[in-house]
Amino acid sequence: MAWFRKDKKPRSPRRERLEIPADAWEKCESCGYTDITEKFVRNLNVCPNCGFHRRIRAWDYANIFLDEGTAEETEVEIRSADPLGFPEYAQRLKKATANAGEGDAILTLTGQLGGSPISLGIMDFAFMGGSMGSVVGEKIARLGQRSLEKKHPLVIVCASGGARMQEGVLSLMQMAKASAMLSQLAERRVPYVSLLTNPTTGGVSASFAMLGDAIIAEPGAVVGFAGPRVIKQTIGQDLPEGFQTAEFLLEHGIVDIVVPRHELKPTVGRLLRHMSGKPAATGWLST
Amino acid sequence: MATAATTMDFEKPIAELERKIDELKHAPGDRAVNVDDEIISLERKLSELRGDIYKNLTPIQRVQVARNVRRPFMLDYVARIFTDFVELHGDRAFRDDAAIVGGWARLDGETVMLVGHQRGHDTKENLRRNFGMPHPEGYRKALRLMKLAEKFHVPVLTFIDTPGAYPGLGAEERGQSEAIARNLLEMSQLQVPIIATVIGEGGSGGALALGVADRVLMMENAVYSVITVEGCAAILWKDGKSPEMRDRAANALRITSPDLLEMRVIDEIVPEPEGGAHANHEAAARSLAEVLNTNLEELRKLRPERLVRRRRQKYLRMGQWAE
Ligand SMILES: [Zn+2]
Repeated sequence: MAWFRKDKKPRSPRRERLEIPADAWEKCESCGYTDITEKFVRNLNVCPNCGFHRRIRAWDYANIFLDEGTAEETEVEIRSADPLGFPEYAQRLKKATANAGEGDAILTLTGQLGGSPISLGIMDFAFMGGSMGSVVGEKIARLGQRSLEKKHPLVIVCASGGARMQEGVLSLMQMAKASAMLSQLAERRVPYVSLLTNPTTGGVSASFAMLGDAIIAEPGAVVGFAGPRVIKQTIGQDLPEGFQTAEFLLEHGIVDIVVPRHELKPTVGRLLRHMSGKPAATGWLST
Repeated sequence: MATAATTMDFEKPIAELERKIDELKHAPGDRAVNVDDEIISLERKLSELRGDIYKNLTPIQRVQVARNVRRPFMLDYVARIFTDFVELHGDRAFRDDAAIVGGWARLDGETVMLVGHQRGHDTKENLRRNFGMPHPEGYRKALRLMKLAEKFHVPVLTFIDTPGAYPGLGAEERGQSEAIARNLLEMSQLQVPIIATVIGEGGSGGALALGVADRVLMMENAVYSVITVEGCAAILWKDGKSPEMRDRAANALRITSPDLLEMRVIDEIVPEPEGGAHANHEAAARSLAEVLNTNLEELRKLRPERLVRRRRQKYLRMGQWAE
């Protein structure tokens, strides 16, 4: 399967993996089910027992979506600066780069999905909580420009706690920047699909996450403008069960489809083919 | 939340001097000749004091000024700058959100569309207007009015003054994120001139949802930030309440008008009268009217395609990174 392909770029393994041997066991954060790591990985880190979608890294999504051997990372040279000279930001960046890699909070790629070229942006929550600063905005703008020039559909996988406050109002402006790019794609009728994963809140939620021609969400993902903690503080009471989950959003008409991880590729493929006027791909009709 | 005390600490010397002048003016009995002289001298001193204090405001003091309830709000400017105002209500789907007001008006006789956050001057009005914190239907009303302006080739003037979009159950259920995102996208392609002015507190996405514009103006003592200073201090330093941490956050976030001009997030600073806009609503309105007029005159000369192209390019350049 495509998602078994070795990463093109070396990335640091998650910390918990450093301490345990490769054939170790893993435990589902939601139901406590324990099984060998291999079993979780084979199941795309969806709990075999309860279906909980565990957090995975940007490259894992790349491997899910893109046909084997087609992925090419783009905009690799862009790095976060510290435009405000914000206290502790430089150190935090250094730490995040060491832990999560050089791509900042988004990995951008070109590649093929079911034989058709797409541009793919994938946010990485492991890099400072997927916060959106100038680099995330610029990488999305450049990726969008590639889509615009080639008329290749754009897919963005969202995962973010919000704006990167260490870049001040410049990070706020990335919401406008991404939206300005997407308005150009809309004008030229280039399809854009956004996938919301756990969590998608704040500035990312209130910009490109909600502007997809189709908006899909992973089961159980928490998605909202304000985070649950802030809302709880504001209204002074506990939130209803399941508030702001993907299923809640579906019920309230905010997302189009809730899609389990192993159906992401065929679902997005079908959506993009519908919106690009292409015939159905063989093998996707039955799923 | 924007519930600043009426007199700010750093304004106490001003208030004292004002009281002294007032006492002299209303002193009972025969007025000695030298009292008039003293009043004149004290008034000169008052003016100097105001000038000095306001020249040296720290960022956190500017936050206090921007949130002050005595400051002119959207409708205070509307009453002083525009004529023929017809307020329009509702998003045509759910309800009318009083945290955002809008409608047709005239600037120097020419029709414009006004849209802005509206805070309340007292508790009762604040409850009705939710302290200027809109729900999705507020942003959808705003968009409806902007599209209406586009239909009739009329420029849009927006006024930003909010602690942020409301973080509540109903707001989330009805798609706060989508409402804000939609405005960002639509404003980046609206075929008429847009001028946005930050008149008080520009709080995060809830402010930006009215803030994508050809020209972004900012009142001298307004602030514009990705997060409140309290929120920033609470998240980064686990202390959103102490004056030290609020002060630290206010400095670090670079939220004042000169900061934003330097970062090219805004295009122009609108000078406020001596002692801030709250000291003289009339003068603040005159100052804003002048800057609005000049900018609108320039923007009216541009064809829609050019306008939209320039606006998009401006936002596509936003940010600073290393390469
Ligand atoms: Zn489980």
